[in-house]
Parts: sequence; structure tokens; C-alpha cells
Amino acid sequence: MLTKRIIPCLDIKDGRTVKGVNFENIRDAGDPIELGALYAEQGADELVFLDITATNERRKTLSELVTKIARHVNIPFTVGGGISSVEDVSVLLNAGADKVSVNTAAFKNPQLLNDLSREFGSQCIVLAIDTRFEDGDWFVYLNGGRVKTDILTTDWAKEAVDRGAGEILLTSMNNDGTKQGFALDITGRLSQNLHVPVIASGGAGTMEHFADVFEKAGADAALAASIFHYKEMEIQELKTYLYKRGVQIRF
Amino acid sequence: MKTAILKYNAGNTRSVLFALERLGVEATVTDDPEELKAADKVIFPGVGEASTAMAYLRERKLDTLIKDLKQPVLGICLGMQLLCKHSEENNTDCIGVFDLEVKKFQSPVENLLKIPQIGWNNITGLHSVIFEHVNQNDYMYFVHSYFAELGSETTAIANYVINYSAALQKDNFYAVQFHPEKSAEAGQNIIESFLRL
Repeated sequence: MLTKRIIPCLDIKDGRTVKGVNFENIRDAGDPIELGALYAEQGADELVFLDITATNERRKTLSELVTKIARHVNIPFTVGGGISSVEDVSVLLNAGADKVSVNTAAFKNPQLLNDLSREFGSQCIVLAIDTRFEDGDWFVYLNGGRVKTDILTTDWAKEAVDRGAGEILLTSMNNDGTKQGFALDITGRLSQNLHVPVIASGGAGTMEHFADVFEKAGADAALAASIFHYKEMEIQELKTYLYKRGVQIRF
Repeated sequence: MKTAILKYNAGNTRSVLFALERLGVEATVTDDPEELKAADKVIFPGVGEASTAMAYLRERKLDTLIKDLKQPVLGICLGMQLLCKHSEENNTDCIGVFDLEVKKFQSPVENLLKIPQIGWNNITGLHSVIFEHVNQNDYMYFVHSYFAELGSETTAIANYVINYSAALQKDNFYAVQFHPEKSAEAGQNIIESFLRL
């Protein structure tokens, strides 16, 4: 059976992880390579590295970092943050990334998804959507959640999949940072209506939240950052819990 | 020991190269016939589309070269599918080491299944020397929309929609549908067993 995936997300700035506390078994929790390798060892199924660097040198720094990660980490990983062209994606995949995630640039230029999937295959193109519930429905937000659009998340996700997105990484801004659980409603709506995997993000606080998003919303994967970085939850402990609940998990 | 990774237009060559590096093995990425023939082990990786890949291999006569190799060869993902006889992906005649058809996953109407299959799935019915250091039901990382049917050459089975070949073996040809280079320690052990052949 195909298993549900647990995905730690690491924010990167100038080649360093932004969040992260002192892990006893690694020398430098700010080193994305060490932290990534540690998560892999602890049973993470995939990793996401989100680059939030804003400087002009970011592209070169990022591709060098990606190569270092690919050398050391023996599970698949996705790289995202500010990717806006076929050239950007080509550089990152050639550097050793397994997948890339695109967000604002794809919304502004949806043809990018067609171009990327034709060039590299849908399986490595993840569409990230930041969404917020207001006025009775879920809307797409851009630029890291700073810019509202009047487009429904369900509509954009469907169009994106038709254009070639191979996975949807859905972050609920209402839930993100609350530790009150994932947005089951919109995650479930996407998961049940799209023929590509949906990765739920935002709101993980307890192990039950993960079980809920898999069992009730049918998510294919769940992503979290701070609960892993601040060691509020160990991946192995989470997987044991899910396994005992009967969730299909790599164990 | 000389390990060669086949260079062609469909590759996850870098990932395979890095996986070997983690095992302390240096490999060459090459499409040079002499270098390939002289290698002790040949790895045939692949992420991409079947007809474009086969056209590229045929144009350079690499298809016949691969078929005639006598040393252990490991096909990975698309590499495994191209070692089969024919693929439904753009109706492509392949190399034909394995007498098997490669088909596309069909999602049952009543229960929507996501295609491609992306993620970790367990493998069973293991009987190949390359699985010496993995266990029945160990999980491997798969990314694919097409699969090889079951046959007498099947050495591992996975299930997604139906049972299909997760691995094949015939003479000196070994092949896996999953990505051992991305399958954590279990995958690493398979590559190591292959390199020890």
C-alpha cells in the first residue's frame, strides 16, 4: 500500500535554516544539510526546503546548497521560494532537487505550469497555494500571504492540475501557526476532487491532527515545521502513533 | 571496480551519482560505448518519457549496446521500463531484455486513485540477490504512471491499483521500478548489494 507522507519543512535564508532549536545530536541546527539528514534518519518521508532569501545572489547560493543537500540526504526533497521560470527550475533540478514548488509566479503566469510539466514532467512540479477562509469561501493569497486575490482556491487548484501541476501543497493561513489542527474542509475538498496528491500544511499541533488530516480529509501528505524544529513532536513517535491508529505509514 | 552510469536524455543521473558517492563509490556518467562495455557494473537510470528516451538511445545505437552487455546492469524506474519489450507510453517499442508489457495505471471509477503514484510503497515476494539486505514489506520510494506487468522474471511485487513488478531479473539484468537512490537506508542496501555482485 502507498503510505501517507510526513514532511518536515525547513525555511532557508542565506543558506541557513531560519527556525530550529538545539538538537543534541547535531552540531549545527542552522545547517540545512545536517538538519535535513537528521530528519531523514528519524523517518521523514520527504523534505521541503523553502528559500526566503531576497538578495540577488540567492540563485547561485541556493543551487549550491541544493547540490550539498542532494549529496547528503537519501530521501526525496522539494525546493521552493521565488521560482519564476523554466530556467530557475532547470538549475535547481540539475543541482539535484527532486521536485520544485511554485506559487505566486504560477498564479500570475499560469502558462508556466504547462511549460514546466512539458519540460520536466508533472511529477516534479508542486504547486503551492496559500489560502484563507473569508466571506464564506477559501481564496488564493499571493506573495507569502500578503496579497489577496478574488480567485477561489478550488478553481485555481483545478486549473493548475489541468495545466500540469503534479502535486498541490496547500497552506491554510487561518490555521498556520495556531497548532489547532489542519484545515480539514478545504484539504478534503481538494483531495477528493483532484487526481494528484494533496499535501496539507498549516496548523499541526498534536499527533491527532495528523491522523485527522489523513483520515477525515484524505490528504496524501502532511507538512509541518515548528513542531518538529522545536522538538514538540518526534517524527518516529508520530509515526508510531499513526501506525497504531491504522494509518498507512512507512514504519 | 569501474561503475558506469548511462548518460542519456532522461536521467536522474545526479541523484544516482550522489547515492554511489554516499557508499564511497566513484562512478562515471558516460554514453561512450567502449567505456560502457569495459565497466564492471552499469546503471541505467531514468526519469522521463519512454518514446523520447528510446529515440535518443536508438539514434546512438545504445539500445543494442545495452542489450548485449554481459556485466551486471541495474535499470532504475524508466530504465527498468525501457528494458521491457513494449510500453504503452506513446506506443513505444523498447529494448526487450524482459518479455513484458509496460502499461498505464487506470484509476477505478468508484475510487479515485492518484496518478502518478508518488510516495513510499512496500515490496513483497522478494527473491533476488540484490534484496539480500532488505526485508519483505520494506518501503521504497516510487514515482511513476506506468508499470511492468507481473511475469516469470518478477523478483519483487508492489501493489497500486493492481499487483505489478517492483523489480525484475534475467541473467545479468536487474531492474527496479522504485528509486533506490531516494529510498533511505533500504534503498542504499540494494545499491550496495548490486555493486557487490
